[in-house]
Amino acid sequence: MLLLNIFVKNAFRHKLRTILTIVGITIAILAFGLLRTVVTAWYAGVEASSASRLVTRNAISLIFSLPISYREKLIRMPGVRQVSLANWFGGVYVTEKNFFPNFAIEPKSYLELYPEFVLEPAEKEAFLHDRKGAVAGRKLAQRFGWKVGDSIPLRGTIYPGTWLFVLRGIYRGAESSTDENQFFFQWDHLNESMLKSTPRRANQVGVYVLGLTNPNMAAEVSRTVDATFKNSLAETLTETEKAFQLSFIAMTEAIVVAIQIVSFVVIVIIMAVVANTMAMTARERIGEYAVFKTLGFSWWHIAGMIFGESFFITFAGCALGIALTFPVARSFGAQLSSFFPTFNVARETIYLDLAAAIVIGLVAGIFPAWRAVTIRIADGLRRIG
Amino acid sequence: MTTDTPETTASPIVRLRSVSKSYRRGGQIVPVLEEITFDIAQGEFLALMGPSGSGKSTLLNLIAGIDKVDSGAIFVGGVEITALSESELAIWRGLNVGFIFQFYNLIPVLTAFENVELPLLLTPLNRRERREHVEMALRVVGLADRMDHRPGQLSGGQQQRVAIARAVVTDPTLLVADEPTGDLDRRSAEEILHLLERLNRESGKSVIMVTHDPRAAEQARTVRHLEKGFLADAAS
Amino acid sequence: MIPISYSFRNLWTRRFTTFMTAGGMALVVFVFAAVLMLAEGLRKTLVETGSPDNVIVIRGSAGSEVQSGVERLQAAIVESQPEIALGANAQPLLAKELVVLYSLNKRGSDKPANVVIRGIGTQSLALRPQVRLVQGRMPSPGSSEIIAGSSIARRFKGGGIGETLRFGMRNWTVVGIFDGGSTGFDSEIWGDVDQLMQAFRRPVYSSVIFRLRDTALFHRFKNRIESDPRLNLDARPETKYYSDQSEAMATFLRILGLALTVIFSLGAMIGATITMYAAVANRVGEIGTLRAIGFQRRSILGAFLLEALFLGLLGGVVGLFLASFMQLLTISTMNWQTFSELAFSFTLTPGIALKSLLFSVVMGFIGGVIPAFRAARMNIVEALRES
Repeated sequence: MLLLNIFVKNAFRHKLRTILTIVGITIAILAFGLLRTVVTAWYAGVEASSASRLVTRNAISLIFSLPISYREKLIRMPGVRQVSLANWFGGVYVTEKNFFPNFAIEPKSYLELYPEFVLEPAEKEAFLHDRKGAVAGRKLAQRFGWKVGDSIPLRGTIYPGTWLFVLRGIYRGAESSTDENQFFFQWDHLNESMLKSTPRRANQVGVYVLGLTNPNMAAEVSRTVDATFKNSLAETLTETEKAFQLSFIAMTEAIVVAIQIVSFVVIVIIMAVVANTMAMTARERIGEYAVFKTLGFSWWHIAGMIFGESFFITFAGCALGIALTFPVARSFGAQLSSFFPTFNVARETIYLDLAAAIVIGLVAGIFPAWRAVTIRIADGLRRIG
Repeated sequence: MTTDTPETTASPIVRLRSVSKSYRRGGQIVPVLEEITFDIAQGEFLALMGPSGSGKSTLLNLIAGIDKVDSGAIFVGGVEITALSESELAIWRGLNVGFIFQFYNLIPVLTAFENVELPLLLTPLNRRERREHVEMALRVVGLADRMDHRPGQLSGGQQQRVAIARAVVTDPTLLVADEPTGDLDRRSAEEILHLLERLNRESGKSVIMVTHDPRAAEQARTVRHLEKGFLADAAS
Repeated sequence: MIPISYSFRNLWTRRFTTFMTAGGMALVVFVFAAVLMLAEGLRKTLVETGSPDNVIVIRGSAGSEVQSGVERLQAAIVESQPEIALGANAQPLLAKELVVLYSLNKRGSDKPANVVIRGIGTQSLALRPQVRLVQGRMPSPGSSEIIAGSSIARRFKGGGIGETLRFGMRNWTVVGIFDGGSTGFDSEIWGDVDQLMQAFRRPVYSSVIFRLRDTALFHRFKNRIESDPRLNLDARPETKYYSDQSEAMATFLRILGLALTVIFSLGAMIGATITMYAAVANRVGEIGTLRAIGFQRRSILGAFLLEALFLGLLGGVVGLFLASFMQLLTISTMNWQTFSELAFSFTLTPGIALKSLLFSVVMGFIGGVIPAFRAARMNIVEALRES
């Protein structure tokens, strides 16, 4: 088609300007993609969590624990299939900068409840049978170069002292959203040590994780659990794992909202740049558009030429930006692995990129097109001289 | 038409010696001027004529110091301008040459007053002195009442008169005009030519004008023709 | 020189382009300034929360008061140290405190946030001159009464005066509101330490805080405490303690801010370059004329650079003006290191204003420098021919 030919040629009439604009869009789309990916990563814990698992914790706040005696009561409740437990250990590996989540767990029930943590059968056996054994996620082991059999010291911030663990296995995630950045060891080991050093802090559980016979009963089971322990020394708060994770995210919501706002500001900035470029281009060619009109082309030919050029530039930049998002996100994810255990570009991000490109192309073309279409031929021609 | 032979003139304002100039166009070298030698007398009003591509504008640009010769030398008022550096040349132009262009070349965002004032900004004159010079120059061209108008608010003839005021405001010895009437109707063109003639006669400015309009050339004291890089009537 | 008005009027003549470009730059400066203001707000909150002559003692290797536990015996040893300043009635200026997190729902949204409940002693208020009781009275010792920071009273359910909160199988009545200025204390709830220890069944304190007789004595105190085998305690100046608390947050803000600024300014500089290139292209004839009249290359360079600098400055002023409104906003988020609520506001300082304007001018300069050189390098004859 003739018009296609014209707007590709037009786009490259000012090579430098067009290339600069395309680079600008590429940077904007890249920035937008990365910021959206940060938001996605922020919610990765929620995405990966299951709605069929319940988390029971102390109603006051997470820093308060629950007695181990609750376990027997929980397992007997209708609708509960399996009960496991976990304590946030808060250990530090060498320095505070090496942050990663580490938990004391009851291994057998925990691994049953979390089938997404995949261990070799032999490694699993070794872990279950070693009091001082531990397992780490694949990414975590990679980060510090740990191999099975290594001794790993953690300095306790909540539980005093330096704790030595032997790495018995390295788990990998069943899905790409599974957090491969965690560290688990035996709750019994922690408890025995506490019994010896500070008995008042022994026999305490951070959170109970409940597996349900039927996921549809989540609300009902939660109510029963919390009612049972009402007015006891340790009142409970039970919610689905998803809600539990979301309550964490909600507390840092201000930051997520800020990032989301900023990601749209990028698009607005680039919109100003591209709209500006198109306006300048159209102003320079207003005489040509008048000539086209004189030759008998109708308004939609002219609008088509301007929008065509605007979309051509925007999509070129967008395609480049999307192509670059993946490798850049990968290296970003490697840098920020202590902040974000998973850092994958979501499909929605790409759709949003494309939507942004369409909006930029439209907004950038609309004003110049309107001017070119409405200008009187005589006025347009006069501008040539 | 009086035609002096250059050699007999007492003190020529412009002397060209074996000036050659060529352009590169599409990979080919196109000679424009070849070994031109001639003088222009002090107080002359010279019209350079010739078909397009004859090199008349190039010759004018070389004399005015906005283009460089390939070989040869040009002296203007005793100064060998072909030996000046880029920035010396700029200073020299500011003091000695007044330009008048076909399309007036006024700065659209500045008023008539400010346009005329521009070349004075290169001189050590203070604000008040500049104001006096500008007002006088605009009075000479008859536009004292249009000082605060932008070029867009003036007719073509008026714009060209502002351009002439800008050219004479520094009191240069040499005025160069490239098709000064090329974009004007006949009446305006006549006004402009009369103005140039008056400046030449009353203020003693040397004027070099490139034109292809015979009517314009009639106003000049001397007319010379260029053809294919040579002065056609050099011998006459 | 070419008059300055030449540069300004050219910007005005191309109003649409000028405002689009300056608008893009304004957004960039806005983000730049906002991030700096946020980091400054965080710093200010933390610096003002701690007093330089206060020392906080927590259990060794516990990162924060929340994770810490100080046995009664250990607290008594700390209390007997000679470096502690004495108050009005010859009492040591020292408080043994309990710090726990309590999950409280926000007014309106019902979203939970972890707030700090602090068990205080008789000297706690005296140790924090920046905290003032603004409404009601202090809790009477031995009662289930609490006072709330003004930020808690405003934003959380049950935090207002006369309201009650339920925890530890008791109802607690808010009898007073205190204003902690822009410090972290503003997001805390205070009550009698013994009552709270009973309610939460905590037999140990979280921290011991005291005023030094002389700041120079700190190292002597620290060395003695940390080498005492009975203690396993860690002493830090309060100011350092609070800045350690939010190191992760500060680092995060810094990285985010840096990344955003780099990416955004690239976009804005490209915008400025395009605009200035167009400005040069539209005025080739003018440039030729100015040069023919006798203006030097550097005058042309100066005029176009000035135009670009002004474009940047315009963006900077507008962006800064918009950013100054951010001061009305308070950001509240969870501090990852303590899991507790941290509220701070955007703070504009003259330094930040200057940095932002400088940044905008530099963006304008970088965007304008190549086109300006192009304008200055132009051949006069060719430029005139294009007019």
